[in-house]
Amino acid sequence: MNKKYRISSGTIMVFILILVLLVGCKGGKTPPQEEIPVRPPEDNAEILKDIKQAEKIFQALPSPIESAMLVKSAGGRFDESLLNPVGNVNTYVTNKSMALNLGAYTCDLSFASLYEQTQLIIDYMNAAKKMAEGLSILDAIDQETIDDLEENINNSEYIMDVVSETFLNSNSYLEDNGQPAVAAMVLVGGWVEGLYISTQLVDMNEFNGNKLVSRIIDQKLSIDILINLLSKSKGNPAVDELLTQVAKLKIVFDKIKLETSPVRPEYNQTTNTTVLRSEVKTDMTPAVFKELAATVTEIRNSFVK
Amino acid sequence: MRIFKIIPIIALLIVVTSVMVNGQCKAFAKKECLPELENYTHDGNYHAAVLVEGEEAELYKTFYSDMEYRIAIVGDEKLPVIEFRILDTNKNVLYSNKDKDFAKTWDFKLEASQQLKLVIKVSSFNQPGDTPSSGCVAIMFGFKLKK
Repeated sequence: MNKKYRISSGTIMVFILILVLLVGCKGGKTPPQEEIPVRPPEDNAEILKDIKQAEKIFQALPSPIESAMLVKSAGGRFDESLLNPVGNVNTYVTNKSMALNLGAYTCDLSFASLYEQTQLIIDYMNAAKKMAEGLSILDAIDQETIDDLEENINNSEYIMDVVSETFLNSNSYLEDNGQPAVAAMVLVGGWVEGLYISTQLVDMNEFNGNKLVSRIIDQKLSIDILINLLSKSKGNPAVDELLTQVAKLKIVFDKIKLETSPVRPEYNQTTNTTVLRSEVKTDMTPAVFKELAATVTEIRNSFVK
Repeated sequence: MRIFKIIPIIALLIVVTSVMVNGQCKAFAKKECLPELENYTHDGNYHAAVLVEGEEAELYKTFYSDMEYRIAIVGDEKLPVIEFRILDTNKNVLYSNKDKDFAKTWDFKLEASQQLKLVIKVSSFNQPGDTPSSGCVAIMFGFKLKK
């Protein structure tokens, strides 16, 4: 090799050090006088133009924790047979199945927590841990978390905080590490699990005026959010499959009537809370409900099989 | 040939370092935004990004009539104040934190479930010739059952 083109390991180490320092400083709390301008001042108009084009849009599906809370608040009972059995954990080997079931198990874990099913809480936390580890999510749920859960198993508030934090650890890891498709699949898995459990809990003999049915109708408001969330990763084969399945669900949701009057905000100074007043008109026939339940069951079963 | 042995090490270092940088928004969200939810249960979702002065972001979410909600939106201290507005599906503004001295949180409940849109904007103190500053902005939702 010609000596002129040789790069010594010392040069490479200096390069690495500079690189680490430069990248590591981004976003840090550097005092203003030490900040290095990234572009000359005359480029500001161009920067601002880029900013405008790079507008960020978040699609926020109800989390598995919120889904479980909605079912409980609507009077849904706890039925262990509706949860995805923890014995299935070893059958999930693809990123797609592990992501969907991380969402599903987190939803099941939230149910177990809200209904104070102490042994199930530990079992489902371990199942969620296994899915997170399979997706190489670092430190989402460590052994210390499981040990703390066991010690505080009768403190439901503490348990919900732990479930919330572990879910935050998982989805923030995926988002921050450039895996939005996997992060979206986790959310979809949790949302479908919550919808499946709620549809299964509806007693058809008490269909009219059923609060749980109202919460299921409300999910129509999230179907476009779900599609937009997945569409951001269109072209990913696993996401494309999910979009096909979700499209079937949208066809059924489109048969449900849901109309709300204009919203009137009312601020209560004493409680420092705003009440968003509006009226809603909904209509879902038992036949459409059965079609919805069947479609959700088909999709959910394809996730947990 | 030595260079070929070192290239994977450099690549690994770049990956590890960029993970550290991105992870700063997660740490920021947990340290600065999560405490703003106080006695509301955090839904566990993560919405945070590095925004630049003058930049806007939008968020769509369904809120349910059974719950009381708190929205917390916090920006890095290097950034100017964060403005946020809540709009219904007809684009009517239901709340603007500009009217509340740029409060970081908003508490509300609903008579009927709604899909709402949040518009978040990093204000701009930028003068011609200045370089816009950037930093993490975190959005978190807390809920509790309606009393």
